[in-house]
Amino acid sequence: MARIDLVDLAHSYGGNDAPQESFALKPVTMTWRQGGAYALLGPSGCGKTTLLNVISGIITPSRGKILFDGKDITPLSTQKRNIAQVFQFPVIYDTMTVGQNLAFPLKNRGVPKADIDRRVAEIGRLLDLEPYLNRKATRLTADAKQKISLGRGLVRNDVAAVLFDEPLTVIDPELKWQLRSKLKALHRELDLTMIYVTHDQTEALTFADTVVVMHDGRVVQSGTPAELFDKPAHTFVGYFIGSPGMNILPAEVRGREAKIDGHVIALNRSYDNLPAGARIEIGVRPEFVEAVAPGPGLLTAKIERIDDLGRIRFARTRLGDAKLAARAPAGFTSPDGNAGLKFDPSHVHVYADSLLVEGAA
Amino acid sequence: MDKTVNQKAWFLVLPVFLVVAFSAVLPLMTVVNYSMQDTFGNNQFFWNGVGWFKELLDPSTDLGGRFLASLGRNLFFSMVILAIEVPLGIVVALSMPREGWTVAACLIILALPLLIPWNVVGTIWQIFGRPDIGLLGYVLNAIGIDYNYVSNEVDAWLTVIVMDVWHWTSLVALLCYAGLKSIPDAYYQAAQIDGASRWAVFKAIQLPKMNRVLLIAVLLRFMDSFMIYTEPFVVTGGGPGNSTTFVSIELVKIALGQFDLGKAAALSLVYNLIILIVCWIFYTVMTNAGVERKVQAESEPAVEPKPSAALKPVPALKPKEGVA
Repeated sequence: MARIDLVDLAHSYGGNDAPQESFALKPVTMTWRQGGAYALLGPSGCGKTTLLNVISGIITPSRGKILFDGKDITPLSTQKRNIAQVFQFPVIYDTMTVGQNLAFPLKNRGVPKADIDRRVAEIGRLLDLEPYLNRKATRLTADAKQKISLGRGLVRNDVAAVLFDEPLTVIDPELKWQLRSKLKALHRELDLTMIYVTHDQTEALTFADTVVVMHDGRVVQSGTPAELFDKPAHTFVGYFIGSPGMNILPAEVRGREAKIDGHVIALNRSYDNLPAGARIEIGVRPEFVEAVAPGPGLLTAKIERIDDLGRIRFARTRLGDAKLAARAPAGFTSPDGNAGLKFDPSHVHVYADSLLVEGAA
Repeated sequence: MDKTVNQKAWFLVLPVFLVVAFSAVLPLMTVVNYSMQDTFGNNQFFWNGVGWFKELLDPSTDLGGRFLASLGRNLFFSMVILAIEVPLGIVVALSMPREGWTVAACLIILALPLLIPWNVVGTIWQIFGRPDIGLLGYVLNAIGIDYNYVSNEVDAWLTVIVMDVWHWTSLVALLCYAGLKSIPDAYYQAAQIDGASRWAVFKAIQLPKMNRVLLIAVLLRFMDSFMIYTEPFVVTGGGPGNSTTFVSIELVKIALGQFDLGKAAALSLVYNLIILIVCWIFYTVMTNAGVERKVQAESEPAVEPKPSAALKPVPALKPKEGVA
């Protein structure tokens, strides 16, 4: 049980002298609250597993410090860190029964037998593994094995945090939901800090109360699912979260106006001092662009197709070289293959070199 | 299903039958024939029934005494080299590097003894151990250890055992290394997180993951050492006395030295039978280890059976039609 602070933490597999651009994990300073449910979200190769392994101690960072409750534990080995980690593929000890598997971490730490039995029974009950405690662990299904891996982490009552490295990869889709709700329930019951690595946004958004989005070795945004959706701090977040992702369009922005193809779009805030020379883009989620019949004063785009997602339809349009998805209201049809686009000014964001710019009111 | 009848196929199979008959069946039958007869040369044979076999299993006769004594030596030899080579092979495999150019170097060095022909191995050690010109023998004697494999039984045994360990530990080590390499890193990381000691990692992860290759290693080494001939024959010639005469050496002595075809035939049949039985055990253990796991998986309901992916009956393999 601990608060985890990362202080200017970075890691390079090529050593500290490698150019910073090649770092697998670029310098990051952040705090993980005690008891929080975090998701580390990002595409493959973005450095999320590296960050996780640095926290658990499997990797020693090239730079920076990790603090557990203010205490520097960077040089400590994994064994001494009180971290539990569940891996992508279930790790179980073949020759042992389920109960012995659960008891293994306690036995290694020399806990008295009576305490071990009590804890194992408790965790077995918590994870619904009770009927199998005396069975060999090899013959269980993948999800049961994954529960055992988790149980080995939970069985120690001093764990600072439980780390999950894409733990549901090998689980059948219908069981994923069960296991994920089990994790949420455990989180509520045990008040543990949980960090969950995944590249699946649904998994991240349903599991976590704080989602940390990583891109190219950098933490680009950390916030609640709603924050990530409403106000992406980086165009990558806008694009990665949401389906379809955020529309990003190059634009000229002056004051309360953005100009695309010579057409003016109103903005809710004023952007007067944008950095000079930066690449300026506006970002707007498809949910806040409405496709209507073309008309005067509306930006006109060519419709490529309309995706019907059941509850909602999205028109996929082309605007010069850029692609743009827009919400198509019920009954919308286009006579000539073109659509007028109506933007919701309160949800149009401005980005300079991919980073969100806060406008003045 | 209609079966195509095509007797011409026999012409294709016949050559194989003939080759097998001449290379295997006829010689084997000749041996069986010899084992029931006695001969005094001149191609004269006298029926002896199961006489040789009775004698072979009766320690009070000359033949039985020699056979059983050499069989005992052979079994003892196999046990000793297994007891040395298996743990040593595991230790070597464990201490090998897991990555980098040193892996290739280690593999090549380990493979070297395996590539040397048996009689060359024997010759190497025969010379190596000689007290007058051999490096080992000379050095041992020079530092005051009275070592002579030609006259001392214990020295002869030690030489043969060390030679076999030198020759074959690599095999065990390479097999174990293959087993170790197949363990995913996550296991070691999980064990680290679980606070496992080096010994606990070995017991809980490495040994269980190696058990299949170890089984192969033990059985291969058992069979090979049980049939050992060339190396001790070259080094000690079965001596001093009969102290390192193994079954195969005894067999060659009887068959080619004394030209007792009947006795030798009976002995080789029994010897062959023992090896066959060991092979059979080897085969059964190997296949059953796999089958057992499957049967258990099917008979016991899996934990929280997957609703959709529950065991689907595998469609029976249909034999291809048109192939006679």
